[in-house]
Amino acid sequence: MRLRKVFPSPRWGVHPPDRKRPAADLPLRVLPLPERLFVPLQQHIGTPARPIVRAGQRVLKGQLLAEPQGTLSAAIHAPSSGQVLTIGEVTAPHPSALPIPAIVIACDGEERWIESDAPSDPFDLTPEEINRRIAAAGIVGLGGATFPAALKLGLGYRAGIHTLLINGSECEPYLSCDDRLMRDKPEAILDGVRLMLQATGARQALIGIESNKPEAIAAMEQAAQPYPELRVRILPARYPMGSERHLFAKLTGTELPADCRTTDLGVLVHNVATAYAVHQALRLGHPLVERILTLNGGAIANPGNVRVPIGTLVETLLEMDELNETPARLIMGGPMMGQSLPHARVPVVKGTSGLLALTAAETAFGTPRPCIRCASCARACPMNLLPMEMAARIGADDLDGAVELGLKDCLACGCCAYVCPAHLPLVQSFNHAKGALAARERARLRTESARRLAAARAERLEREARERAEAAARRKTERALRATKDPTPTITDPSAPERQAEVV
Amino acid sequence: MITLDLMTAILSLTGLGLILGLGLGLAARVFAVAEEGQVSALLALLPGTNCGQCGFAGCLGAAEALASGRAGPRLCPAGGATLVPLLAKHLGLELEDAGHDEGPRIAVIKESLCTGCCRCLKVCTTDGIVGAAKQIHVVLREACMGCGACAERCPTGAIQLEPMPVSLQHWIWPKPKPELALR
Amino acid sequence: MSQFSLVSAPLAAPHTHGGEGVGTIMRKVMLALTPATLFAFWLYGWPAVHLWWITVLASVLGEGLAVRAMGGRVWATLGDGSAILTGWILALSLPPWAPWWIGASGGLFATILGKQVFGGLGCNLFNPAMIARVALLISFPVHMTQMVEPLPLGSTGAPDFVAGLRLIFFGGPEFDAVSSATLLSHTKAEFSRGLDLIQQGVSLPSVLGIQAGSLGETSALLIALGGVVLLGWRVISWPIPLAMLTGLAVPALIAHALDPARYLDAATHLLSGAAVLGAFFIATDSVTSPNTRPGQLVFGLGCGLLTWIIRTYGSYPEGVAFAVLLMNATTPLIDRWIRPRIYGRDRRGRALEPSHPDSKGDQR
Repeated sequence: MRLRKVFPSPRWGVHPPDRKRPAADLPLRVLPLPERLFVPLQQHIGTPARPIVRAGQRVLKGQLLAEPQGTLSAAIHAPSSGQVLTIGEVTAPHPSALPIPAIVIACDGEERWIESDAPSDPFDLTPEEINRRIAAAGIVGLGGATFPAALKLGLGYRAGIHTLLINGSECEPYLSCDDRLMRDKPEAILDGVRLMLQATGARQALIGIESNKPEAIAAMEQAAQPYPELRVRILPARYPMGSERHLFAKLTGTELPADCRTTDLGVLVHNVATAYAVHQALRLGHPLVERILTLNGGAIANPGNVRVPIGTLVETLLEMDELNETPARLIMGGPMMGQSLPHARVPVVKGTSGLLALTAAETAFGTPRPCIRCASCARACPMNLLPMEMAARIGADDLDGAVELGLKDCLACGCCAYVCPAHLPLVQSFNHAKGALAARERARLRTESARRLAAARAERLEREARERAEAAARRKTERALRATKDPTPTITDPSAPERQAEVV
Repeated sequence: MITLDLMTAILSLTGLGLILGLGLGLAARVFAVAEEGQVSALLALLPGTNCGQCGFAGCLGAAEALASGRAGPRLCPAGGATLVPLLAKHLGLELEDAGHDEGPRIAVIKESLCTGCCRCLKVCTTDGIVGAAKQIHVVLREACMGCGACAERCPTGAIQLEPMPVSLQHWIWPKPKPELALR
Repeated sequence: MSQFSLVSAPLAAPHTHGGEGVGTIMRKVMLALTPATLFAFWLYGWPAVHLWWITVLASVLGEGLAVRAMGGRVWATLGDGSAILTGWILALSLPPWAPWWIGASGGLFATILGKQVFGGLGCNLFNPAMIARVALLISFPVHMTQMVEPLPLGSTGAPDFVAGLRLIFFGGPEFDAVSSATLLSHTKAEFSRGLDLIQQGVSLPSVLGIQAGSLGETSALLIALGGVVLLGWRVISWPIPLAMLTGLAVPALIAHALDPARYLDAATHLLSGAAVLGAFFIATDSVTSPNTRPGQLVFGLGCGLLTWIIRTYGSYPEGVAFAVLLMNATTPLIDRWIRPRIYGRDRRGRALEPSHPDSKGDQR
């Protein structure tokens, strides 16, 4: 039994009630395959993937449907075998209810996989080759950020990192998909971690798990026994312990400077589910086509963890799992940072860690009241910002004032709004401000480009005018030349000389 | 006695007020800050397309109007709502409530009405229309500043100014209504 | 079947809430004030009770009128209880047998001109109760300094409910209330007569509070108890009370040690006047005090120091109200200069210099 190092609970952040059990303790379920799968072309940060299949084409499970466009992009694979119906649009799982392009597949129910091209021993591969396979498998950060994993690992490799931090904290209430994965497949996860170590050249990996998951801790420690370079660390159960910055600080004891990335300090952070996906891709040759998510909330009849193929409509999931009342909110993700869904006809994507159907009592919504400047938000903020001051400036449309107070450092974790007695929509203010600043920057770039275009046009017009003038001058000289070379021809018509004079 | 005191008080304070007020007004004239660099700085903020929608002689005319105070920061339709606070900040003006802004607009050519006359092409301030004689024209979204010159010129009315379509990447959370939602 | 249908406006995270509401906080403060208030009621009898409810009522009325005039929702605004609390605190700072119009005008002043004119809850710069108290003190100095000796409920000569009403509304010479002065005003008056403290024979004020004073000045013990309860509930935090009492006690200690005849000692200062009330209930008003812990310490210290200075050198016997108002004026400055260090940045806001973590692992 190894010595455990337990950290004291920090003062920042909040500690909402867990509400993970009994869902976390129930065994993983696999729901029946839906008839249709709606696979969006963008389930990652970066450029949407470009489809390489056509309507009517038959595809196998795991077949490449869309290839990455550009460096910051990821591949999309078929979550089940069947026929591509169309490449159309589906409502994005986003509060805006905007449409996004998606490939619609009609499943044939046979679940036939593509041929595996997994190597016999992935540990024989070079780091570049491992990365290439990870990219080819379309793996993105499954903790919710959905950053293309191969790119991140490549960055780590080039930066020469020495430590990999594996995020098993799962700090959001209700969610237990990572917990379930760690309890059921600890060896597979650690295999993936070791592959990541190979891909980045790091020497050791620290797996951080919150103290409210004793079974997962035990399972992972047991599986890590044969590998001295893999160590499990128990983290205090506090939200947002899973934030990269705070995980880093807790596990390395160093505060991450504001403009630094963890790779600058020799560390790279990845989620446990991403490690598992790496294992699946390199050992079995299976690209990322399904994931475990938590169905929870007061309105769900049978809470628990389920494994679903990417592209399953939330509506289908809820039909299979059943709601026992109309939820006040339907959320994709956790209650603190998740996205509220406009309706249930949205697909599950790679970054979906959970689906919550919350009752009105659970949302504890209150009408916003005036701010009483109690500073509870400032005390709760894990980044030590002053949320009420920033919100006041944003309310007065002073976006630069809000930036000066540290808006760019805001994680949008939701701790401030969680504790605010006045129920102020603080996170919405900050998200609005960040969006407005981005729009302002885009508008500035647009204005710049318009200025360049207008200048180019002015130059074009000037050039054309110049050319016209030169051409006119040339024609004039040519005519003059012709007139001198060619003397006046004999004219029988007595009025001809006058006509000639007119022409000249 | 009381009346004399009262009169003295009134006269002295009034006199003081008058003198000081005149002094302030004089100082505002005499010591006014020269604003030469301001025109070029304002010009740099404006789009520079000289579309004339503001009613002044090109962007230079608008910059001069802004600097001299003849026009407010909301004068430029092509710059849109994002330009207004930038201009206001530069001029040191307070903006009242922003008012409702539908966002940037771009010209869209209705293909069924386009005759390929090429008139819009010639007046586009950023050369943002692609087309040839007797061919259907199209407006390049990235180049369009929403000045409306093409819409005015089109003989068949095929061009309309429409709000820029919102994509998921560019969607912004609406600003929450002030907590005086109790009003 | 999912009955979940289209939601019109986008709903922002977080989708749950763990804090309490504004109304709950106000109610907790009122609960903490109750023991001291009940004691004061017992000590001064029915007139005090009437003065209390008249002030509270006027305060609520003022807020309702102001909100109605501005076109807001009256009941929703009154529902948070802040007007009641303002009136309550104001009532505690008034002389216990003051005429009704003192309480009424004070209450109206506090909410209308002290709070609503600035924009309502959260927008005022100065503590509304203290603004009203100071306005009353300056406008009606005689009525505001006419204290009486305690005449507890049930004792001989104490007015009953109806008599109390008559007293408050119409004044009345028929009661044998002995007009008295608070300890602080008494000592100041004696100073002006040339008697120093030793000659006056000043004794420690009663800890239990059976002495002349305004409603809230009497029982320091019960007020402090309420304050500690608020600390435990985390409605207020420790910097301001600690700093204010320290800022009052330390100069008093030093001065008394240097010249016991001229300066009152620290214990007297702490137990008399509105020191304890101010430290726990008045200066801690979240709207008008700084956001950060260090800022609150500065604020509290300033309040305490100014209180001591005004009590000792100023012409008014009690300085808490003025001190709090003066420090309220400095709150925006304190907030501007004293800001928390953003995680990952230094105190100036610049990003930290990267220092490489121990590559051997997580020793720390």
